[in-house]
Amino acid sequence: MTVTDIDNGLMLRLRIEALNADYIHCIDDDRLEEWPDSFTEDGVYRVTTRENADLNLPVSLIYCQGRGMFHDRISALRTANIFEPHTYCHSVSALQILESTGGVHRTKSNFLVTRTMSEGAMMTFACGRYLDTIVEQDGALKFRERSVILESRRIDTLLVIPI
Amino acid sequence: MDTLQTNNAPEFVWPHDDTSRVPYRVYTDETLYALEQERIFRGPVWNYLCLECEIPNNGDYKTTYASDTPIIVVRDENGDINAMVNRCAHKGSLVCYKPRGNISELSCVYHNWVYNLRGDLLSVAFKRGVGGKGGLTDEFDNRQHGLEKLRVERFRGMVFGTFSDKTEPVSEYLGEELVASIDRVLIKPVKVLGYHSQIFPNNWKLYVENNKDSYHASLLHVFHNTFGVVRPTMGGGIKISDSGWHHLSYTQRTDIADDQIGKEKVRSRQDQYRLQDTRMMEHRLELGDNVTNSIQTVFPTLVVQQILNCLATRQLIPQGPNQSELIWTILGFEDDDEDMLALRVQANNLVGPAGFISMEDGAVGGWVQRTAKANGREMTVMPMGGRTIEPSEGSRVTEAAVRGFWKGWRDCMGI
Repeated sequence: MTVTDIDNGLMLRLRIEALNADYIHCIDDDRLEEWPDSFTEDGVYRVTTRENADLNLPVSLIYCQGRGMFHDRISALRTANIFEPHTYCHSVSALQILESTGGVHRTKSNFLVTRTMSEGAMMTFACGRYLDTIVEQDGALKFRERSVILESRRIDTLLVIPI
Repeated sequence: MDTLQTNNAPEFVWPHDDTSRVPYRVYTDETLYALEQERIFRGPVWNYLCLECEIPNNGDYKTTYASDTPIIVVRDENGDINAMVNRCAHKGSLVCYKPRGNISELSCVYHNWVYNLRGDLLSVAFKRGVGGKGGLTDEFDNRQHGLEKLRVERFRGMVFGTFSDKTEPVSEYLGEELVASIDRVLIKPVKVLGYHSQIFPNNWKLYVENNKDSYHASLLHVFHNTFGVVRPTMGGGIKISDSGWHHLSYTQRTDIADDQIGKEKVRSRQDQYRLQDTRMMEHRLELGDNVTNSIQTVFPTLVVQQILNCLATRQLIPQGPNQSELIWTILGFEDDDEDMLALRVQANNLVGPAGFISMEDGAVGGWVQRTAKANGREMTVMPMGGRTIEPSEGSRVTEAAVRGFWKGWRDCMGI
């Protein structure tokens, strides 16, 4: 491995970490209308459970495919669905770059989400793994696919804000 | 146990002459919750346990709960399905502590008491002691120390269990109309497409009421109303079993002419609201009719669901007076082709904890629970459609099925 290889590897790692940071701050800052911009036009976002993943079961809790469905998730949350106001605080850690060829990077990282209700009650709402396929697009990195694998099958009350 | 019940029960008297009023106390009271365990979940009801397809092979087991009681469901070496309490007859440890698996016998890891797949005690470790000392005395009879067994019945691919000898066969328990309606949904062999669950910060009965309450569907849920899954103007109705305990609510794509509808200002109908991608609202008419929504509730805690092409069982597990867990088992048919599977994956965005339609049902129960504690002497008011438990053809603007549920609750509880 040459010095250039190491530099390139570090640079990629930093860029992916920046993508993850942009992603979680967009959600935690309630700039959800920008959330779809982290994905490619034909991107896929799904939230499933470790149980479903282990049993190879196809149905998720959330499945968005293509930009339209991302927008629909957010517009529904803003205008259609009823829920008690709450916010998330995400932490992302332990990024692993599993494979990186031809501008396509397969990565894995862990996340932890605390949820705070408007009256103040705070809890660990979710933790698990992001399994991502990230691609280069116009000099930026975008998620072509983000699979959110929740550790627990149990969701407290409901899941409306993306993880 | 009987003494405890008779000491505690009479203190509570139903405060109204019918079930169009319900006292808030029933949602928070520890004593009533304990009584529900004995008189409902271990009483003359069929508890939904699992699907046959979840334990397809001999030796397959799955664990579940009938409210507080942990249960093992297992397919024995003859292919019969048995259910027993997941509690060793010795010291009460869980016998199966993994959610699913395949076994040839049930053995408790604590002291290695071993049972066959019907729950009969086969052997006890160190039965004769060691070196002639310790062990069991001669009076110990294995036959007296099996796992507590449930009576099991399979019905349309579902497995039900009851603790009571008095519970009638499932088809009689449900009644003709519920049987026909479940037959309509579970038209051929199913397979599991996914699981998830929701923890509700509320008493189990609030979620059951929500399912029986066909009045709220087009009012609370924007998706139902705006996209024509359930609108007050669509055809359909509700049916209630003769016992009042079970119900079905269905909607079909035929419009009823009613001038009143346009005049009512309903938040949930937002004609300007549009989806950019409507794939999840696609509906393949796979059940031979144009019914968009058919919800079957089976007393006490099961829902068999068809919403467009979203098929599921929903099993509610009461976990104390202030919490319940709803387990969704998402279904497809065994013979689904790839397109159908893709459609179901999309359509299931509508249901479950993150479902565009169903997430609101998770929220409202908790809101009632928060007011209930301070309102123990007050009562809810359910006047829609009168005071009786009559079915309603052509309209779902009725609370009759909720009143029917409370009749079932009072029948079981003796209150």
